[in-house]
Amino acid sequence: MLELSAYETIEKIRTRELTAKQVLEAHLDHIKKVDGVPGKLDFGELSEPEAKKVHAFITLTEDLAYQQAEEVDRQLDNGIAPGILAGAPITVKDIFCVKDTLTTAGSRILSNFKAPYTATSVNRLQKAGGVILGKVNLDEFTYGSSSESSAFKPCPHNPWDTTRVTGGSSGGSTASVAAYEAALSLGTDTGGSIRQPAAFCGVVGLKPTYGRVSRYGLIAFGSSLDCPGPVARSVKDAALMLQAMAGADPRDSTASNRPVPDYLSALQKDIRGMRIGLSPDYFRNSMPDLETGEIIYEPIQKEIEQAIYDSAQVLANLGAEIVEDVPMPNTIHGVSVYFVISRVEAASNLHRFDGVKYGYRTGKDVSDLHDLYRLTRVEGLGHQPKLRILMGMYVSAAQYSAQYYQRALKVRRMIRDDFEGIFDKKGSYHLDALLTPTTPSTAFELGAVYGNTVMMQCADQFTVPANHAGIPGISIPAGFDQTGLPIGIQLLGPDYREDLIMRIGHAYEQATQTADWRKAKPQVVRELEE
Amino acid sequence: MPVEHISPQLFEKLVDLAAIALDPSESEYLRSELNNQLTAIKELMAIKLDETLTPALHGVPFESADRQAMREDTLLPYATPEDIISQAPQSEDNYIVVPDIPHSELD
Repeated sequence: MLELSAYETIEKIRTRELTAKQVLEAHLDHIKKVDGVPGKLDFGELSEPEAKKVHAFITLTEDLAYQQAEEVDRQLDNGIAPGILAGAPITVKDIFCVKDTLTTAGSRILSNFKAPYTATSVNRLQKAGGVILGKVNLDEFTYGSSSESSAFKPCPHNPWDTTRVTGGSSGGSTASVAAYEAALSLGTDTGGSIRQPAAFCGVVGLKPTYGRVSRYGLIAFGSSLDCPGPVARSVKDAALMLQAMAGADPRDSTASNRPVPDYLSALQKDIRGMRIGLSPDYFRNSMPDLETGEIIYEPIQKEIEQAIYDSAQVLANLGAEIVEDVPMPNTIHGVSVYFVISRVEAASNLHRFDGVKYGYRTGKDVSDLHDLYRLTRVEGLGHQPKLRILMGMYVSAAQYSAQYYQRALKVRRMIRDDFEGIFDKKGSYHLDALLTPTTPSTAFELGAVYGNTVMMQCADQFTVPANHAGIPGISIPAGFDQTGLPIGIQLLGPDYREDLIMRIGHAYEQATQTADWRKAKPQVVRELEE
Repeated sequence: MPVEHISPQLFEKLVDLAAIALDPSESEYLRSELNNQLTAIKELMAIKLDETLTPALHGVPFESADRQAMREDTLLPYATPEDIISQAPQSEDNYIVVPDIPHSELD
């Protein structure tokens, strides 16, 4: 039952082959076997058996889940049609407010915060019949690419190899879906935080167009970049979840009014004649030299490069036209621009956490309000939020803004122009999508990069341009490297054309359904079966 | 040696403006990472910018068709204000309690 897709599970619940409660209980039982201790503050040493667990969860919302599952079953008993996600087990990144539920953002400063309301995206999942199993771990305030910066330890471990990171920041989301703890998860993507961990954990992760899914109730990181989106084990499941969440919201003025297409029926169309580009600018790993600032280029991991060419061949065999040598010259600037813009927006958003209105407050004696702010913030925030406040303030300060922030906003325009150029129907490339690696490498070892904030940010170099441009992107599994770690490929598409990139992704999945690599199971699941 | 974009003195000023207080070892780590980040984005300074470029505050154009109509500016009482107040670390009679608020003269 655990390995069914969300779509299949929902069908079985609708046809009464399974009850929502049975599905819930099977998942709760499995979580107990594979997840280990939930993330908590001031966690001590990790024991050997615990080191082999997933640790996706911070809070299990068992009571809430039972209420929702029983409601779905009751509706079916009474002949009422349940929503499109009827009984689907879902985890939620702990950056979304869920009423009366701990909503920590992976930070000590919100460790005791119970949200007084529910985020629009979560609310829509619940209204569609989704069953929320709990809140899953993440990088503190989503600031990272490995989920190691959470104040709640142990951080999530990669289900394919528990000595490796899950990626981040939606690492709890992608780990929980990869380990069959949930069929779906709600993540967020500001610089790649859905797609990068999806690639590392061998699942599907979709960053919708900015504004396609409401941000109301999402604890903000970069307000011009943040996108809630689905994590799933298939494109079809991601489409189903997006269908439930997308659309205008009177509570978020940046949520778009555009009508939401029928994503599932879009998947049924073939991809003959679609133009899919490959760009050399996504086939090199760039890393700054920290002594000189010069960019050093290295090849991306060989198996990832091969996976892109192999998947392009699969798509070509299905009738798509592969267009090579598409220039995307400003891709290289994505990380630098992100270092400026996301930090300015993060610093602005972090000023609200001060120990006054909610969350953690210092227990020390304080002389006045300023003292309270300083002590609360130094005790309550980890390294990553502190760095973002300091960097954001520096690069937007009056005397440095022209050099950094204003300049970064203009380079962001250049990145956007690259995409507008290749997707322009009257342009020379007139692509439907760009096919790229999601990451330059597969999942790295726990502790190998954490602490080096520049190297960590470079893990997002192929995902972050889509956030600057606002366009949709999806990462889908495309095999494994020699050590058995998942490889993700990314499809980027024009504004609001999630239907196009999901259609291509779905076609790829169908064409590779019988491939040997699809039979592989994550380490944590294999060990249960042995 | 990496370039010191941010001196210890400038760092202390930023820390004060950020309303945080750091111990020396955390200060040293954070300042070194900030300097690394500023070195890493050096390439940004070398990019030739076309004078016609406009800053992109967001990626997707926010056209009028995408926007929702402005709401009426009407008072909507919150149903359960006690849920909000109860989150405050210290409150009394529906007010949030804080220590003394210092006053300083503006230059």
